[in-house]
This record gives sequence, C-alpha cells and structure tokens, in this order.
Amino acid sequence: MLKTTRRQLLRAGSLATLMAGLPGRVAFAQAATDRCFVLIVLRGGMDGLSTVVPHGDPDYRQVRGTLALTAPGAGGAMADLDGYFGLHPALADLVPWYRSGMLLPIQAVATPYRERSHFDAQDLLETGLGQVGASDDGWLNRALSLMGGQRRLGLALGQTTPLVLRGSAPIATWSPEVLPTADDAFLELVSALYADDPLLAGAFGQGLEARAMTEMAVGDLDSDGRGSAQAQQRALVEAAGRLLRSPDGPRVAVLETGGWDTHAGQGAEDGRLARALNGLNQTLTVLRDSLGSVWSTTVVLAVTEFGRTVAVNGTGGSDHGTGGVALLAGPGVSGGRVAGDWPGLAPSALHEGRDLRPTTDLRAVLKAVLTDHLGLPRGDVDRYVFPGSAHLGPSRGLFG
Amino acid sequence: MSLHDAAVAAARFGLGARSNELRMIAGDPRGWVTRQFGAGVGGAEILADVPSGADRLRETVGALQALRDDPDARQQVRRMARQMLTDDIGRRVSQAIVTETPVLERLVQFWSNHFTVSALRPQVVGVVLPYELEAIRPHVLGRFRTLLGAAIRHPAMLLYLDNAQSVGPNSVFGRRRERGLNENLARELLELHTLGVDGGYGQDDVGALARILTGWSIARPAEANPGTFRFRPFVHEPGDKTLLGQRIAEAGEAEGEAALDLLARHPSTARHLAGKLARHFADDDPPVALVDRLAAAYRENDGDLSAMYAVLVDAPEVWDRPLTKVRTPNDLVLAAGRALDVRDPEPVAGSLYLMGQVPFTAPSPAGWPDRAGDWIGPEAMLQRADWAMAVGRRVGRGLRPTDLLERTVGPMADPQARFLVDGAPSPADGIALVLMSPAFQRR
Repeated sequence: MLKTTRRQLLRAGSLATLMAGLPGRVAFAQAATDRCFVLIVLRGGMDGLSTVVPHGDPDYRQVRGTLALTAPGAGGAMADLDGYFGLHPALADLVPWYRSGMLLPIQAVATPYRERSHFDAQDLLETGLGQVGASDDGWLNRALSLMGGQRRLGLALGQTTPLVLRGSAPIATWSPEVLPTADDAFLELVSALYADDPLLAGAFGQGLEARAMTEMAVGDLDSDGRGSAQAQQRALVEAAGRLLRSPDGPRVAVLETGGWDTHAGQGAEDGRLARALNGLNQTLTVLRDSLGSVWSTTVVLAVTEFGRTVAVNGTGGSDHGTGGVALLAGPGVSGGRVAGDWPGLAPSALHEGRDLRPTTDLRAVLKAVLTDHLGLPRGDVDRYVFPGSAHLGPSRGLFG
Repeated sequence: MSLHDAAVAAARFGLGARSNELRMIAGDPRGWVTRQFGAGVGGAEILADVPSGADRLRETVGALQALRDDPDARQQVRRMARQMLTDDIGRRVSQAIVTETPVLERLVQFWSNHFTVSALRPQVVGVVLPYELEAIRPHVLGRFRTLLGAAIRHPAMLLYLDNAQSVGPNSVFGRRRERGLNENLARELLELHTLGVDGGYGQDDVGALARILTGWSIARPAEANPGTFRFRPFVHEPGDKTLLGQRIAEAGEAEGEAALDLLARHPSTARHLAGKLARHFADDDPPVALVDRLAAAYRENDGDLSAMYAVLVDAPEVWDRPLTKVRTPNDLVLAAGRALDVRDPEPVAGSLYLMGQVPFTAPSPAGWPDRAGDWIGPEAMLQRADWAMAVGRRVGRGLRPTDLLERTVGPMADPQARFLVDGAPSPADGIALVLMSPAFQRR
C-alpha cells in the first residue's frame, strides 16, 4: 500500500511558501554552517551585579546592601574569577568553564534602549533596532536569511516563536507534543482549507514542514511535556541539543527563560534570583551534554533586556535598571576573563544616579557572533541585520 | 434580519454562537449587543459560591505564614491552593460557555486582562478569580475611574505587583528598619493600566507614584478584616509629591486616590484605552478614526466606559470589514465549547493548557497579547489542528458538520470550507474542519 507521508506532501506543496521566504534584496553569503549558535533570552531583566559580582569594587558592599553576596572564600560563597569579579554560587558548574577559557562574561552591556519597560526593552533586544515597534521581524531571522533561506537553519523551542526569530526566513520549531498528532490525511484537508487564506496557510505550511523535519531528527525523544517547569525546560534544551546535532538540522536555536524580574525577595546566595540562576546553570550544562561533539563548534550567548537598579529597593529586591551582563560561552570563545569596560559603582558613575552605566552596546557583541563565529560579512550585517548601526563595529577579541 | 451582522455580533462582541443563537440574534444584532449593557453584570450562578478574596487569602497566604515550621502542612496548603485554581478555571470556563450575555463576559475578560493579576505568582494563586469577581466584574459597565480604583486597591493586585511590601523610606517604619520603596506597581500602573508606555511620564513620576502608594497594603490575620485593603500610615512616605507636574498634597491614603483621579482624567489614558479597545474589537492595527472617536467619547463622558462601548456598537469599522482578528486559544476553545455545548469544563481547560493560554496565568503584568502574530506561528497552527481533530473524535457522530458550520459561522464560511466540510471523510473530520476553517479561526 502506498502511503503519502507528510514529508512527501510537503515537498509537493510548499515551494511557494519557501520562495516567499527569500529576502530577495541580498545575496547569500557563504555561511559557516558547520558552526552552531544558541541564543538564550533571559526575560524579565537579570540582575547582572549578582550574577557576575564586582566584589572588588570599593562601593560594592555599600551600594548593594542586603543583595550583596558574601566575599569569595567562605563555604557556599561565590567563586572568585579574577580577583575583582566573582560568579554567583548557583552558577557553580560554570566555574570550570571559566577556568578553561570557555566562559566570557561581558559586563555593563545594554541595548540602545534607555527607558525601563520590559516589553519595549525586549522588543529592541529582539528586533535589534534603535526604535520600539519599528519592525515585526527579529535580527536573528534577518541573519538567517543571509545564511541561505531554503534550509531551516533557525530553531524555536517552545509553543510560540520569539520575536527575535520571526521574519521571512523559514525556521524549524519544536515543542513537547501532548496531544496525539492529527493524521496526515486530515492535515492535507486543512491545507486545502486555507487555499485562499495566506496568513493561516503560511503558518500552517511552515508548521507541517517543521514537524516533518523534527520527527526525523528527534524520533524517539520522550516528548511528554507535563511535569515540573524544570523538567519541561530540560526537555526543551535536550531537544535543542539533538536537533542541532543532526547533520541536516538547524544551526541556530533560541531558548527562553523567565523568573528574572526580582522586585522582591531577590536574595543573595539564596532567593528568587538564585533559583533563576540555578535554572540557567542547568540549561547551559544540559545543553553542552546534549550537543555532544557539536559542542566544540557551538557558541552560546545569554542576554537580558536590561540590568537592575544598583541599590536594593524597599522590598529586598531590585527594580528595572539599565546596564547588565551578557554571558558568552563555548570552546571557541576567548574566555577566562571578564570583558567590558567596568564603569564602577560610585554614585557619580551611575546612569541617572541609579543604574550601572552601560559601556558596551549589545549589538556590538551580537555582530561579533554573526561575523567572527558564523562568518557573515560585516557589510551585510551592518546593512541588513542591524540597519542604521554601521558606526558600531563588532566587539573585538571575543573569539580565540 | 441579517445573519451576517448576527455572525459579526456573536464573534466580535460575544464569545461565539451557541446552537440556534445566530437566528435569535439576526432579528436585531446591534440591539442584542446593547441590551446586554443594560442588563448589568449579574451574579452568575456558577460563580455565586466562590469564596471572597479575603477568605481565600486567609486560607492560602495566611495559612502558609502560620505554618512556617511545618513543611508537610505547607505542602498540603500549596496543593490545596493549586486545586482552588483548577476549580476556579473550571468555573470561569463553564460560565463563558453557558452564559446568555456573552458580551458582558467578553468585557470582563478584556478588563481582567488589562488589569492582569497572574497566578504565575504563587501568592495569588487562590485569589485570581475572587479578584476578577470583586474588582473587575461589577465595574466593566461604569466609569473607568471606579474600575481602576477597585483593581489597584484589591489585595490581589497589591500582592501581585509588590505594593503591599513597599515602604516609604522616610516613614516611621522606613526610618526604623532598612526597608523602602518598591516601584513595581507604580510603573505598571502608568505603563499598562493608564497612560501607556508613551503616555508622557518619566522615572521621576514612577518614583513619585510609588511614594504616593506607600501604605496601600493588606490587613494581616491578627488585624480587623484580615485579607482586605488596609492603609498603613506608618509606612506611608510623608510630604507632598509631584506627579506629572501636579502637586499631590500630603494626605495619606487619599494621595493614592488623587493620583488615580489624575491618571484617569489624563488624555493619554483616554488614548491608551481607546487603542486597546479598538485593537480588541476591530483590528490588530486599530483604525485611527475609530481610536479618535473612542478617546473622545472617554474624554467627553468623564471616562464612562459605556460611552466607549456605544461608539464600538455604532462603528462601521467593527461591522463592515471582514473578520480580521485571529481568535486567541482562549477565544477559539470557548467558541468551540459554546458551539458544541460542552458541559464538562475539564477538556476545555485541558485544551487551553495545551495551546498555552490557561486562564489566569498570563506571562506578565501586560496580560495576554491581542495580535495574530503573537498566536499564529507554525507550531501553534499544528497544535490547533491536533486539538481540532481530538475534539472532532470526541464529539463523534451525533452532529452533522454542515449544520455546525451554518450554526456557528454561517454566512462567514467561504465556499472552499463548505465544500470540504460537506465532503469530509468522517463526521469527526468534518467537525474538526469546521473548527479549523478560516471563519471559525477568526472573530
């Protein structure tokens, strides 16, 4: 009996969708598709000062009050990195990464955004533009369209596609399936149902193609998504590792984590922030383990929409701030040091008298990943991925 | 007699048509909408036995504090609180499915989302439905200022956005202890609830409003009326404040009310609310002329929400264009529940879990997004198909798919959908195709 598989159905049906995905106005660069990149979006505003802790700053203890961590050396205290900065104890598994040069924290980073709305700040973080609401597509999708539009090089994990991955380049998606999947014949009927409905047809067609690819690559992965949030996150990270590992799979993935908006009960060694960092620690270590041999060519970047206030607020937490920290990791990074110009915590050094003053434009870091790691031409990145930013060069020396 | 307008009324203003509802609405679609405004938001039977927010707080947050040293008992309280939430979600879903005034129910859900209190914050798990019943539901037909006051003063909101713990640094308490301001509520109140992010406020205003709201807190178990709003003079920041260039004279609790007066009267608030209503009822890109008319109605009627609804009911932008809004998972699943007369809320709530929109668990204080792009992605569309097929299988044979199509979207169904539903290989496929049809996916 001849059975039409979903994959065959797609080969026949979705050429138009694929063609529509090509940007048209740029030539395809020769992308370095033997390399992988994982972007982790930390939603809510991670407190960089309690993550990569400036314990050597003379003002640190004074300005941070009850948020200040115990100095390195004591049991359960942060690990010292370079005599000036330390790493929060919840990130203990990353200390060996740092020692072996695989972890490169970048301090005092920010997007060009200088207000304090989560939602606008995340918009800029993901569109890569200088203005809120200026675009419906993300910088990473634009970068993917430079890498060759036909192959689904981008991967979204979870039920919705984050803005940073939305756009014309088709992407792969994966989320735990907890319903029995509808049969191919029914899906074919639904495709026919959307003959005159471009919005639904586009999304549905892409979904079919993405699922077909995922089924081939992931196969037997236990896809039961119920269970603790931690278990669900682990399932997503493991799926990311397996998909990135597959020879014809995606090369760029986006993961998201929450729990960073620590207005109250932030804590120092323990508390809400420590729990969120613990999750990040797990995400990074599980990702490395799931990537297997592909880890050697992977770069991971964890970014957040803004840092938090330097001073502790009235409820043992911190409010929305400006400069924050980004974590760059992978065997290829030039790590084992803390990058970025440290502006200091003295009252006169703070942005608007309350926030860490940003000294590195996050887009410079992103540009370095796209050019130095993924091999995209600087000119295309300036013009097409981060338009209006030609004055801003990629950060130098992030990769060895 | 207009079946087309009836379908618009049921989808845009209501929660989707129940069986035979379209014919009933068709006689006077606009009247069907307006009459519900006149009916008032009555106490729905399903919601009548929900305990008060104060009782719920005592049973959850209060119990957890009292049992500080007993981890097993605390675990049990947490389990009980989660069960409360599950039951409350079931009640909310059932109410939306059986209601004969779905327009009011949509307004309750809209304003509840505008003033989001999300059960993702564990402290408020037990009070999200009582909050909606006490602070939102009674006020959706009145003045915005009344709704605003009820929402901001409610203990659920004061907990959710941390104001209950905020302390004026120069207050009696603040000087004695090392406690101080928390600006979470103040910021979201300006950005999300009133002026909007571009509404013309700055960091100074956020700080001023946070100081103004210090002391707005919740009565503790040992105090009178535990779990209700309580003003704490000892944590209130003394002195006059300046908000949006206006002086708010020192007046304790009344400062907060004066600030809410100021914010509710502000033209940016009129514009912000007008934009959100227009986006919800007309189009993802709200038509500018409609936003203008809505904002004017707000300003000219002292913030009377019913005046804004009247503009919507009169608006050609709402009635005359194709249904462009894509149903959120919540709208889609409730519409299916109403169309199929589902009596058991559990599979409905389960569907919402699978599609990522469990009631009362919005991801942030901004609430659930209201644009197609936020809900229609490749994976989301496949999940809708999986869901539709599962519903189709469950409903089985009793219903003719072509009848379902007529009764739900009726004249909005396109020829291709009619053709495919008519020729569906099985009743289950047919019903699933109705649910996936472009007209049913939209409102």
